[in-house]
Formats: sequence, structure tokens, C-alpha cells
Amino acid sequence: MATVADVRTQERVSTGAAIWSWVTTIDHKRIGVLYFVTSLIYFIVAGFEALLIRLQLATPEGQLLDSDTYNQLFTMHGTAMVFMVAMPMAAAFFNFLIPLMIGARDVAFPRLNAFSYWTFLGGSLLMHSSFLFGQAPDGGWFGYANLTSKEYSPGLSIDFWGLGLLVLGVASVAAALNFIITIINLRAPGMTLMRMPVFVWMTFVTSFLIIFAFPAITAALIFLEFDRLFGTNFYEVAEGGDPMLWQHLFWVFGHPEVYILVLPGFGIASEILPTFSRKPIFGYSAMVFAAVSIGFLGFSVWAHHMFTTGMGTIADAAFAGSTMLIAIPTGIKMFNWVATCFGGRISFTTPMLFALGFLTTFLIGGLTGPMLAAVPLDLHFQDSYFVVGHFHYVLFGGLILALMGGVYYWFPKITGRMMDERIGKWHFWIMFAGMNLTFFPMHFVGLDGMPRRVGTYAAGMGWDFWNMFITVSAFLIGVSILVFLWNLVASYVKGVPAGNDPWDARTLEWAIPSPPPEHNFDEIPHITHRDQVWFDKYGDGHGDAAQLRKTSAAVAEPAEDSDEEHEVHMPDPSYWPLLVSAGLTIAAAGLMIHIAVSVFGVAWTIISVYAWSLEPASTPPEEH
Amino acid sequence: MSDAAVAHEAQEEHPTSTGLNHRKILMWAFLGSECIFFGSLITTYLVYRGKSVVGPYPSEILNIPLTSISTFVLLMSSLAMVLALAGFERAASAGANEDRKRRELQKGRFWLLMTAVLGTGFLGFQAYEFIEFVHHGLGLTTNLFGTTFFVLTGFHGTHVGVGVLWLVSILVLSYFGKVKPLDVELGGLYWHFVDIVWIIIFTLIYLIPH
Repeated sequence: MATVADVRTQERVSTGAAIWSWVTTIDHKRIGVLYFVTSLIYFIVAGFEALLIRLQLATPEGQLLDSDTYNQLFTMHGTAMVFMVAMPMAAAFFNFLIPLMIGARDVAFPRLNAFSYWTFLGGSLLMHSSFLFGQAPDGGWFGYANLTSKEYSPGLSIDFWGLGLLVLGVASVAAALNFIITIINLRAPGMTLMRMPVFVWMTFVTSFLIIFAFPAITAALIFLEFDRLFGTNFYEVAEGGDPMLWQHLFWVFGHPEVYILVLPGFGIASEILPTFSRKPIFGYSAMVFAAVSIGFLGFSVWAHHMFTTGMGTIADAAFAGSTMLIAIPTGIKMFNWVATCFGGRISFTTPMLFALGFLTTFLIGGLTGPMLAAVPLDLHFQDSYFVVGHFHYVLFGGLILALMGGVYYWFPKITGRMMDERIGKWHFWIMFAGMNLTFFPMHFVGLDGMPRRVGTYAAGMGWDFWNMFITVSAFLIGVSILVFLWNLVASYVKGVPAGNDPWDARTLEWAIPSPPPEHNFDEIPHITHRDQVWFDKYGDGHGDAAQLRKTSAAVAEPAEDSDEEHEVHMPDPSYWPLLVSAGLTIAAAGLMIHIAVSVFGVAWTIISVYAWSLEPASTPPEEH
Repeated sequence: MSDAAVAHEAQEEHPTSTGLNHRKILMWAFLGSECIFFGSLITTYLVYRGKSVVGPYPSEILNIPLTSISTFVLLMSSLAMVLALAGFERAASAGANEDRKRRELQKGRFWLLMTAVLGTGFLGFQAYEFIEFVHHGLGLTTNLFGTTFFVLTGFHGTHVGVGVLWLVSILVLSYFGKVKPLDVELGGLYWHFVDIVWIIIFTLIYLIPH
């Protein structure tokens, strides 16, 4: 029948158009989904690298990998997990949720947002393309000078790493600037700073950390690449250069980076715990100020990564002190989370399980923190598996568990379907058991002297049992990821329809349909309370909620368009952000090929920037 | 600003929580980030001060009178920038007075051009200085002084170059009626920032005796 054929053609046309619409999208929700899917792929890749590392270490004198491959794997595992999994997956949540939570229709700079994603993709592909040439980075995720010098690392492996990170840095800073302006300037009427959800606050602090921490590593990487490409002397000891310069600049970035990674986890947990405890978050303002002070203190502790470099007792003592100081705001947050649950009517849904799992494992990771901050102890822990155990508790237990909880919590909002609770609980318990069984014994072998970053160890050191144990447990984590992926796909295809507000939750995103319409809110909400959606549903305990709602609706701003279709004017899609990102990536890659390629990339970038800035953000309404 | 202009602006710009323009806050936040970048470069220069193992050393090669002139040129460009913005702002608030509007716009364009010319002049001085240094045997890779000096001042010069390109673009676009005072102001913020960074660099590299 003609009509069916028509529909078919239409569908086929719209498949191409659909791909194009994703390439040119500037919708924060779609960009969030792009970030999530990309980071999930890198999560699988980097997780696979970790399993290979564990297979090598399962038995003494492992023969599976040669030492070069081993170096490449642990370098790329660390680099990818930090820059291509943790940060972009947090960015996925920022993107999807921040405008919804503050009652905005998009971020402040939608095209800049698309640019951030494509630049992230360009930088990460640039770095991973090194595998095709057999020259994957092998200097560790910290890339200490002068191991990374041309003399000790000939070839292109370090250049792939350095140039890839430079491109990724541009993406991160652009995204962070965007979120700062969005949160400062696009809050709905009545959404004062102290009424923002804690997740928004954590994003705000994280974004400031990004814009102030990344320039330091950018400078350090520029020095590194100048040394390698043009023969400058920044880290050349023979010319009077000091490899310590790299360590200082790297950790001035590197320690705030730890909070850049974990604060989004704090934010997610702070949204999940109150919802399923049926209580507002305990000590809201203390939570906010604790995060802000963590952000400030985070810049004053970098040299605790360098106690063994001989900085002198005064410097060591000062940095040990400032590091231990961070335990105070972190402790405040811990107690507030516990107090939020205390006396609440807790329902143990999958997101809640992940949030509680986050609390317990992050506590363990947090407790080993002050141990490492104590200089005399750190001198022994340095470079041992104790440190590996510590930061995996913080980053896997603190961040990944929270992110997983976030996926279960917001999946209904993003897709309109519930994730399967039964499989979800299997996922949680396997992952929770797997991560504890993997990372806890690392403390033992670490205290027993097993060094990190070394591909083999001799038999009879007393490490054999625990290493086999850790490897088996690591595969348990792998199994949990498979369960998760299965749940993700199955729920996306045939999950139970979620409705607007399946969790009876508190923040603004739950007052609109799932998935949200392109313009998010038909009418920009008017905010009178912290947990606005709870207030709208239940009132604040005194007075008639419906009555109050009516009063607040009366003061709400009139909708921007008053025609009966209620059409909201959104900015147009654009492919220029993608082209600018491509130009930048080509310019960076060109430095490894030929300077002419770089010049071409720069020219491409400049032309695209002009086209971008001359392109109107949206066609005038009358043309519609 | 006249009421008509205010109403016009209000129509164009979406209301924001703080009442400040998005792009203006973006520029300030970006410059904050740039502070750390230049801070890292300057700190590196200072850490490596006097650590070169071979010459030429700074005291043998720095031409303080010449760089004082180029510094003066760059500082004057900031004055021109202020006058350019004033011209564009007065033109925007001239309202129905077409004659005055055109006059102020011309002033704004003139000073914008002057800013770009003075910026280019500064770059000329820098290019001359770099070539002189190379003639005296100081290259990028000669010693730590050469490395830190050329990278620091080179990145600053690149920023000036981007600024010149930006200002010229605003100037050209203004003939197509596409430039609002805010566009000039944002370029100006960047320009003044790059100027201030140079004051610090000039003081630390040239004025403090080695």
C-alpha cells in the first residue's frame, strides 16, 4: 500500500536525519547522552585493560604481557579512567541535569557545550589512536619527567599522551565555564543559591576547580611537548632544568583533580539519600560550605604526593597538616549523609543501595587518606599497593558507585523507562562484593611491600595468594559490568514506563515528563522552597500546599510565548562546534606528523570559529 | 541610556538571574583561568631564574630602553581601547540623533583601529627583539633563560596577536552594523588582561636586576 511505503521512505529518510540531528545537536540532554555513551565505551575499554593487568599479576613471574605492554596498559587504564570515564561521565550528569534542576531551558552556551563534547571525543580518539601504531602512552598517568623525555621515551607514545591531554583540557575548561555561567545566570525565578539542589552546588564547585586546576597541567604539558618537539630545556637536568617542576605543576592540577572526580559523586549521593529516606538533606548549608572549603583546601595540598622527593621537613609538615585539614569538611559531609538517613523511612531501591554502598566504601577510602597524609607512614606506603587500594576505594567506591546509583536514579527521567530493580540489585551486590574483595586485599600486599607499576613479582614473597584472590575478584567486577550493560539495554528496550515521578522525588526535573521535552519546561517554574517538588506535592507541614502553590503560580512570570500551541523558541542546531573541535584535534595531531598539518588544522579552526561566531544562534521567530 | 535603547536591549537579551550578561561573566571566568596559565609560566620563569648553565645571560642581552618603549606602546593601546569602547557606547545611547550617532561611531572605530595598530606595533618590537636575541646567540634551546623567556613572552605575544585579530574583526563587522557595545567591551576586557600580564612580565623579567 502506498501509505505504508510512504511511511517507510519517511522512516529511512529520518534515520539519516536522526544521525545528522545528533551530530549537530546543541540540546543539553542529547549532549549528556552522548557524553554518557562515550564514557561508557571507554569504561569498558579501560576496565578490560585492568583485567589484563590483573591476569598478568595473578601468578608470580607472569608471562602474559611483556613489560612494555604492561606499561602501556597501566598508563592507559589510569589516564582513560580519569579523563575519559570519570570526568565525562560526571559531565553527562551535569549536562542532562543542571538545566533541569535549576529550571532552565538549556545551558548558557549551547553551541559551546557541543564543542566541549566533540573536543573531548577528538582528544580521546587522538590518544587512543596510538594503539593503532603500537605506540600507546607508557609513562604512567602522572607522566613524571624525565622518564617522559625524548631520551628515555623515544617514539611518539608520550606525544600521543601529552597532545591528547591538551585537547581534553580545552574540552574540560570549556564545559566548566559553561556550567559556571549556567548556574550563576540561568536559575529560575526564586531559585536562590541556597535553594539549589546539592548536586548543582557540587557541579558549581567542581567547575571552578576545573577552570583553576587545568591551566597548570596545560602549562606543564606545553613545557613537556616543547621539550620533546622543539628541544627546549624545561625538564633537562643537564641544562639546569628540574624534573621536580613537572611534579609540582602536575600535582597542583592533580590534587584538585581528585576533588573534580569525587565531588560529582557527592552530589549524586546527596540527591539519592534524601529521596529514599523521605527526609530533606540534613544540614544543607553545612553541606554547601563543606564542599566549598574542600574546593579551596584542595589547592593547598598538592605536595603530599611528593613526600619522598626530599622537599624538607617544613614543607612536608605543612602539606601533611593542610591535607589532614580536609578530613574536617569531608567528615561533616559524611555525618550529614548519615544524619539524613537517620530516622528516615528508608526504601532500599537500587539507587539507594548504590548510595549507601558509596557511603561505606568512601568512608574506608577516606580513612586511609589521613594515614597517607602522615609523612612518616607515607614514606613507607609510597609506590606500594596500599596507595592503589586507597585511591580505588575513593574513586571506585566514591565515584563509580555513586555514578551507577545516578544511572539507576535518573534513567527513568532520561529514557522514560524504569531500569529493572531485580537485575539492578544483582548488579549492586556483585559489584559491591567484587570491588571490596578486589581493593581491600591490595592494602595487605601493599603493607607487605608489593610495589605498584611493576609487571612481575618473584614467587615466595608471600603475595601469591592475595594476588590470585584479587584477580579473581576483579573478574567479579567485570561480571557486574556485564549485568549492568544487560540491564541498561533490556530496560531501554522494554522497561516499565516510568511516568513523570517514579521515585516521588524532590527536585524540579521530576515535575516534567520523562523523557523531558526539548524545551524542558512549558513554563519556567517559580521557586519558593529548597525541595520544591516535595513542597508542591506535600506542602511544608503547615498550611495548605495547593493554596500556597496557587499563590506562587500567580507571581510566576508569564510564559514567553502566549500562543495556544505554547511554542518555545529554541536555538538552532549547528555543525560548527564539531568542525572547530576537528580543527583543534588535527592541529594537535599535526605536531606528530608534520608542521604543515598543524598549520592546516589551525587555519581550519580559525575559519570555523569565524563561521561559528557569525552564524546566528537562532533564526528569527517570524521565519518559522 | 535612553528608554528606547533600554527597551531594545531588554528585548534582545534574555533576562538572567544576576542581570549580568552571560558572555561578560564567561569572559571574566575565562580570564580567571588564564591567570593560572600565565601564573604557571611566570612561576616557571622565576624558579629557573639564574639557573642557566651557559650564556648568554639576561643581563648581557636584555635591552631595557627598547622594551620600555614597546611597553609604553602596549599601555597606550589600553587607553585607545577605553576610548574605542566609549565611542561605541555613546553611539548606542545617541538614540534618534543620527548625526551624533555617526560621529561617535566613527570615533569608536578610529580608536579601535588605533588599538590594533599599537598592538601590532608591540608585536613588531617583540619580533625585532626575538631576532636580535637570536643574532646574539640566544635561541629557544640555548639555555634555561632562552627556554623560559621565549615560551613565556611567546605565549603572551600569541595572546596579543589573537587580540589584534579579534579587534580587527570587530572593526570590520561594525561596518555591517553587527557590533554592539558589549562586543567591544568583551574584546576590551581581554585586551586589558593581556596588557596587565605584560606589566607583570616586564617588571619581573626586565626591571628586577639579575
